[in-house]
Amino acid sequence: MTSADEKKAPASDSYGEVPPDLWQTCPACNQLLYSPDLEADLWVCSKCGHHLRLTVWQRLQVTADPDSFEEWDGELPLNDPLHFPEYLPKARANQESTGMTEAVLTGRASIDGIAFGVGIMDLSFIGGSMGWVVGERVTRLMERAIAERLPVVIFCASGGARMQESLIALMQMAKTSGAAGTLAQASLPYVSVLTDPTYGGVLASFAFLGDIIIAEQGAAMGFAGPRVVEVTGLRMPKGIQTAEFQYEHGMVDMLLSRRQIRPTLHTILRWCTA
Amino acid sequence: MSESKLTKLGKSLDELDARISELRRMVEAGQEAYSDELADLEERADELAAEICSGLTSWDRVMLARHERRPQSSDYISAIIDDFVELHGDRRFGDDRAIIAGIGFLDGQPVAVIGQEKGRTISERATHNFGMARPEGYRKTMRLMRFAAQMGHPIIILIDTPGADCLEASESRGISEAIAANQRDMFSLAVPIVCMVIGEGGSGGAIALGVGDRLLMLEHAYYSVITPEGCAAILWRDPALRERAAQALKLTAPDALELGVIDKVVAETTGGAHRGPYETAANLKGAVLETLEELDGISASELLRTRYEKFRFMGAPAGFGNTGRC
Repeated sequence: MTSADEKKAPASDSYGEVPPDLWQTCPACNQLLYSPDLEADLWVCSKCGHHLRLTVWQRLQVTADPDSFEEWDGELPLNDPLHFPEYLPKARANQESTGMTEAVLTGRASIDGIAFGVGIMDLSFIGGSMGWVVGERVTRLMERAIAERLPVVIFCASGGARMQESLIALMQMAKTSGAAGTLAQASLPYVSVLTDPTYGGVLASFAFLGDIIIAEQGAAMGFAGPRVVEVTGLRMPKGIQTAEFQYEHGMVDMLLSRRQIRPTLHTILRWCTA
Repeated sequence: MSESKLTKLGKSLDELDARISELRRMVEAGQEAYSDELADLEERADELAAEICSGLTSWDRVMLARHERRPQSSDYISAIIDDFVELHGDRRFGDDRAIIAGIGFLDGQPVAVIGQEKGRTISERATHNFGMARPEGYRKTMRLMRFAAQMGHPIIILIDTPGADCLEASESRGISEAIAANQRDMFSLAVPIVCMVIGEGGSGGAIALGVGDRLLMLEHAYYSVITPEGCAAILWRDPALRERAAQALKLTAPDALELGVIDKVVAETTGGAHRGPYETAANLKGAVLETLEELDGISASELLRTRYEKFRFMGAPAGFGNTGRC
């Protein structure tokens, strides 16, 4: 399995020994950031505080105990229930380019030795959209957590439901919402962490069903995804589709910087498993 | 792509139907001289309707689902529910008129009824927000559904929405949470739930009311995660490709049946429900009664288990279906 380290491995190029990704630009303030320092800062810009989006492996790195992650359900096949034009080739190309098999990675991990079922979504795989595989992995995550008596933590990031699976993608909303209900019935806690960005069908299903919902600082979130807003010509004022807005309106339990998430999760998990 | 029959002939049919309505009024008022012409026009209209329906594209069905004279929830409720008592409000914020919710009797059986309403006139559409429900609308439905479960009576849901309201006011009151909570909580209601898409099955706004023991669709209704125009614009950067998108999305009732998402397609009057609202309402009533009878007598635990499994295994590829996982 490709680790964060492997993905960052520099290839020597015509400029000599300097690897191409040793420096990164902050997407918010354009500050040039030295990658090792950025990594130490949990991929938060030291100049403006912008929280850069994380790959699934980076999220694991900043959250879980090293080497504590064990993947579940990695083998689920790509599903094309509608035989949608261009869909499977696109999915396979995404697998190649991202190193992920689908838009969510699920399994078990631990924080300071406390084990939990974990799901991490990543926008790089077809916009983080939810189709059958994402719905199935999230549902199986919850089912197995019930079987193994584990709390569940899901880091959500998504552009919404996957268009190419239409009705089947829509039904994943119902399926994962139902699964979240079974966790509660089994007296197990579910913490959902809303990261940048979380929209549409994911937000309006399992993402908003955490017993505790944490919004990561700076995350964009909203029911209508930006492309939907764009094509329908909706007027969406600035500041509405933000973590701050949700917090101010009592919809999420806390607004945390990335650095605060791991220790806070640890306290919550300690409380839940005591 | 050649012009669909609906596009070519739909307007002629609408005009024929309008003339037929006029003549019918005159004949009913005693002007017998027009009855021959009326019979002749009715025959021509039915032939034209059959002609149109012999080659309906997916986009045609979207247009029929959005037809301005298509019957809405309030029409069906008037036609099939007796002694309907409407309930209002979510007890937290306000009353959402995009959703009608209440109790009544279906052929003597007490039922809870929920229907999304779009409105017809400009003023009605404003009142009902074009059928785009807000958080308080979904919360109102949950209040009624819990009451129905408390009293042991079935829930009938008529789905007809272009999508949920997503503007600032709805964001501020938690539209995503309301939709998510409805889906989660509908799995724990121990009474039969029958959901029918009667017009537009608009994505999250529809699935928020779409967790049921049986899912039905009227023949020309559509059910999709996104509108064909939206899909064409986002995927192909060209909203004019909406017909191709409609086809690719497999959003028609026969498609949904084949995908294993819905259980039954309910016939409409040839040419669309708007051409025969009473006949279509009778079909709808018959289908609901038949479905309630199928669900009658099933124990609460069995009902909840099969409802969960229904959604658990929808759309699964071969080998990943119900193998006794749950």
